[in-house]
Amino acid sequence: MYIGKVVGTVVSTIKISHLEGRKLLLIDQLDLGGGETGAYDIAVDVVQAGPGDTVLVIDEGNGARQILGLDPGAIRAVVVGIVDQVALKL
Amino acid sequence: MKFARVRGTVVATRKYEGLEGVKFLVVQPLDEELRPEGRPQIAADATAQAGPGELVFVVGSREAAQAMPVVFVPVDLAVTGIVDQVEVERGVRRSQATAVWLVSSAEED
Repeated sequence: MYIGKVVGTVVSTIKISHLEGRKLLLIDQLDLGGGETGAYDIAVDVVQAGPGDTVLVIDEGNGARQILGLDPGAIRAVVVGIVDQVALKL
Repeated sequence: MKFARVRGTVVATRKYEGLEGVKFLVVQPLDEELRPEGRPQIAADATAQAGPGELVFVVGSREAAQAMPVVFVPVDLAVTGIVDQVEVERGVRRSQATAVWLVSSAEED
């Protein structure tokens, strides 16, 4: 899993059935200090996250299928939490 | 999933079983600003409706094969949707607070 920031939404009409009715978010991956790493992902949202939110993202197919109740399911990235606080001791 | 631009099509008559009727596309992976990133790749079209010039998103690894009608096929990249619109709201903050980052050094304790 990784921590990311929601920077937008992706709208698609023609898509595979696994994605029907699901909200797609554009996510920037964050580094240890909360800054952008330059990496991004398009993830399915299950926690009603929106632009500006810091989120927890799972990027693994079996976990994604379990959460979404799909088998087969061609989804890897799912936003599974909205992060309130990150405390680090460096 | 990542963005990609469809550049062309690939035709193969002799294919491994399970791939009959599957359309293959040449896609250029893109970065977040929709600029080309890395080398072009070949993706199976799970939407069956994507064509050259279109902005799509693709899924890789084992999940690519899961997007196809026959699940156990040798496919490692699949087009799973055609992008209508990307709304980027960078810098916009919602009324609720986003995460607080607390960083301290171990020596402080």
